[in-house]
Amino acid sequence: MTTVAGPATATAEAGALPRTRNRNRSHARIRNAGIRTGVQAIVIVLWCLLPFYWMIVTSFRDVGFTNDNTPWFTHVTWDNYVTALSTNLGNHLGQALLNSLFIGICVTVISLVVGIFASYALARLDFRFKGIVLGVILAASMFPGVALITPLFQLFTNIGWMGTYQALIIPEISFALPLTVYTLNSFFREMPWDLEEAARIDGCTQAQAFRKIILPLAAPAVFTTAILAFISSWNEFLISSQLSSDATQPVTVAIASFTGSQPHQEPYTAIMAAGTIVTVPLIILVLIFQRRIVAGLTAGGVKG
Amino acid sequence: MSTSNVVAPSSTTTGTNGRPPLRAGAKRQRAQQSRWALYLILPTLVLLAVVIGYPVVSAIVMSFQKDAGLDPATGLFVQGGFAGFQNYAHWLFQQCMGPNGSTISCPPGNLGSGFWNAVFVTFFFTVTTVILETGLGLWFALIMNRAFRGRGFVRAAILIPWAIPTAVTAKLWFFIFSFAGVANAILSTHILWTSDEWASRLAAIIADTWKTTPFMALLILAGLQIIPEDVYEAAKVDGASTWQRFWRVTMPLLKPALMVAILFRVLDALRIYDLPQILTGGGGGTGHATTTLSILVVDQIRQGFNSAAALSTITFIIIFLIAFIFVRILGTNVVRTQETQQKGAK
Amino acid sequence: MKAARLSVIAGVALVGLTLAGCTGGGGSGSGSGGGDAGANTDSKGPITYVQGKDNSNVVRPLIAKWNAAHPNEKVTFKEQTDQADQQHDDLVQHFQAKDPNYDVVDVDVVWTGEFAAKGWLQPLTGTFKMDNSALLAPTVKSGTYNGTQYAAPQTSDGGILYYRKDLVPTPPKTWDELLKDCSVAQAKGIGCYAGQFAQYEGLTVNVAEAINTNGGTIVGSDGKKVTVDSSEAKAGLSRLVDGFKNGQIPKEAITYQEEQGRQSFEAGKLMFLRNWPYVYNLAKTDGSSVVKDTFGIAPLPGISADKPGVSSLGGHNAAISVYSKHKATAFAFLKFLQTEETQKFFVTQGSLAPVVSSLYDDASLNSKLPYLTTLKTSIENAVPRPVSPFYPAITKAVQDNAYAALKGDKTVDQALKDMASAISTASAG
Repeated sequence: MTTVAGPATATAEAGALPRTRNRNRSHARIRNAGIRTGVQAIVIVLWCLLPFYWMIVTSFRDVGFTNDNTPWFTHVTWDNYVTALSTNLGNHLGQALLNSLFIGICVTVISLVVGIFASYALARLDFRFKGIVLGVILAASMFPGVALITPLFQLFTNIGWMGTYQALIIPEISFALPLTVYTLNSFFREMPWDLEEAARIDGCTQAQAFRKIILPLAAPAVFTTAILAFISSWNEFLISSQLSSDATQPVTVAIASFTGSQPHQEPYTAIMAAGTIVTVPLIILVLIFQRRIVAGLTAGGVKG
Repeated sequence: MSTSNVVAPSSTTTGTNGRPPLRAGAKRQRAQQSRWALYLILPTLVLLAVVIGYPVVSAIVMSFQKDAGLDPATGLFVQGGFAGFQNYAHWLFQQCMGPNGSTISCPPGNLGSGFWNAVFVTFFFTVTTVILETGLGLWFALIMNRAFRGRGFVRAAILIPWAIPTAVTAKLWFFIFSFAGVANAILSTHILWTSDEWASRLAAIIADTWKTTPFMALLILAGLQIIPEDVYEAAKVDGASTWQRFWRVTMPLLKPALMVAILFRVLDALRIYDLPQILTGGGGGTGHATTTLSILVVDQIRQGFNSAAALSTITFIIIFLIAFIFVRILGTNVVRTQETQQKGAK
Repeated sequence: MKAARLSVIAGVALVGLTLAGCTGGGGSGSGSGGGDAGANTDSKGPITYVQGKDNSNVVRPLIAKWNAAHPNEKVTFKEQTDQADQQHDDLVQHFQAKDPNYDVVDVDVVWTGEFAAKGWLQPLTGTFKMDNSALLAPTVKSGTYNGTQYAAPQTSDGGILYYRKDLVPTPPKTWDELLKDCSVAQAKGIGCYAGQFAQYEGLTVNVAEAINTNGGTIVGSDGKKVTVDSSEAKAGLSRLVDGFKNGQIPKEAITYQEEQGRQSFEAGKLMFLRNWPYVYNLAKTDGSSVVKDTFGIAPLPGISADKPGVSSLGGHNAAISVYSKHKATAFAFLKFLQTEETQKFFVTQGSLAPVVSSLYDDASLNSKLPYLTTLKTSIENAVPRPVSPFYPAITKAVQDNAYAALKGDKTVDQALKDMASAISTASAG
């Protein structure tokens, strides 16, 4: 965080005379900045985690005490998790988790590949109708998703894709594409031309220049888009509820099928348990990939 | 403090000596690039055409058909005929069919009467949630961008609200905001969160902001990555305060990513369905305080698909207009031609 | 830029139209189906039974029993989610697509009119005529549209009154008696009466009950003629509105669905609760229930002492899809669902109310479900919600206007007038 380049160093040295006093003051500033950051980080974490904490507390609470408002863990039991994971009543949360993972990965990979192709072309290649293409892609995000279900249902029934994985994957890719293309496009546009020029002079083709120079530099954007695509696929409910079968249903549909032992009964505690189970893989995923979304431009770039 | 020392990376590196002007073989090069571009963009366009284009066109076609009417003799539904703009008039002007075939103003309880209210609710939600989420998202992103111990945990924590499936989040907040729920318990109030007009809107806004801020934070964080450290250092050395550094250095460089994030968030917010539906069922106030356009569409689908197709098309046009205004007036600059880009124009 | 934008629209339209042509132009929206009623009436073979979430694991054992006895006509169970709206939409999608894979479908009592009018259900006449003599009359009514039966009742449900017998030893037989008992609740500082008043289907149930108890109706027997703007309906709805105004119904009850009312009653905060029978077992066994031994059940209060209150009919019927390929088997399965043995299993295994009226007098079943006698009274006096093809529009009209009236934003007169107007515009289409 303290790399200093050309012109800045000179100016710094020029003003360096009262060095000790400046150093102490700057140390104090760094320390205070640390505390200030720390406090803000704590506030943010509390804002994000308190409702989640409540979700976990409820998930460990005996279903007979669903409406207990005690802020800490009371009437603790594993029953809700057992109910959530049990396969007795035709629920199969485990299978649904695997389905969601499979669908999510397919959607992410394919929409990234397709999106990278398209956004590179839009950012770097020279052709007419660029505006129209960008407009069409954006327009795809403007139609209310709820109205797409019936025509899609008809379409997939006609071609015999009902209850298959592709019936879920293809629509979700299309939903993720506009944002993917636009985000990557805005990144590729900001990338300096000189990098590609230099690589081409060194003998790379345009494709190689892209793969070896631009893509690594765009890693933060790529990983960010990947996480967003994955999570939006994970969250998808409307299309999945209509187009999936028992074997292919993702977690969102599986949770919607949770019910108490009686009609009209809403087992909040079991639903919260299922929600917690379903969120854990994502947390692990994010913890693994979170460094990649902040990669920075220090690797191999051309500095002015 | 002069900002002339602080230069954005693109203009430093592309400068005034961008690409050489088009030469003789440039036309051939352009044609070749057009071909490449076609190959690269085709998969995207095909996917979008099939999954979204086809339903949109089919919806527009159906919106000009009447919904099935009841044949009084058999008691069975028969195909409605051509409707012209009747479905659109139903929504835009609240025109309903009266008991003796006359046209009357749609009474309360008929979905048509709720159109303009839904437009207001949708706009209100969009404006408030986008402003809140952008502000909070910016704050989160700036913090996530800093190096401190435990930042991995903070980043994961920030993403959790977005990672929980929407249905579970909505049920969680429904639970929190129920009359005997934990919100009233902690605040020692007796607010009817799901029934009062403004309380129900506030509940929906809080739940949506909690859930969606990570989306903005993540996109803004990615945008922050493209700003190199030396730019900050140079500004710091020049004596710029934190605030000035933020406004004069960070914001201009962040603008492209920020605009994309806001644009997409606006488009999503205008189509919001899941959260208000599960939280309040679209109710509150006199019964429609949180009914968004998408909720209205789903309600109408159950009563007649062709009319719902008309409403979806109207919604589409509204969103299109807003995106157009956004791009135009706020200069999102989503479409830059090759030439201006190469010249390093900003 | 403007030209570019226009070209965007044109471009999308062009691509889409091409595709529309290629895939044979989607569904017919809400157009009519049917016409296949005559097909496959004699054929036997494997079928699929579609139902929402099987809460208490009754369906699978039943199907296993059937499959053992009919190895060439096996039944497969397709389970939907537990949300009524999603079940409805799922059935609609499959019917619109003329799916032959849905043979026997479980339909909520309020969907009969809509599905029958769209020609999706096989009329139960001729070779498919069912013997309804052993069944409770209101349940058969709920499966009948336009004089023809389309769906066979399989389980039923009715509203009952839960009351605190430690505070009110004898339950009120009339609404006036209930209002008098409210002074006891007031002295204790708890709410007097609650039902389901949030803006959803439960509100229609409660409002229909109030209107029907006073002798009014929402629509005529043809499902089209609007009758809700009457003095009886006004009296009925006013009872609820006044209840809110005078505090006998606590103000938070406007947010109550079934679970919220149950929770309030179990926490001892409510003296009278109108709810479905499912509350009985939970109130007795929930860890947090403070009324385990102090609550009783009774039929809903009426207007005069000789006639109990009218409950809205709940429950589910089973119907045959016109697109089924093995209707003879489907019909046999329908009859299987109504046999005494199956109905008894519904009671003992699932705590579901049977439709065969003799079972309500069975001693062993009564010991299993202590509320069975009360429930029988409730169902015998029940009135189905309007059996109309426009039910989604009718229930919306009722919900919107009744909700506004209960919150005091509209007078009862205005609410009923608007309700009538909204219902008539729906059925005028």
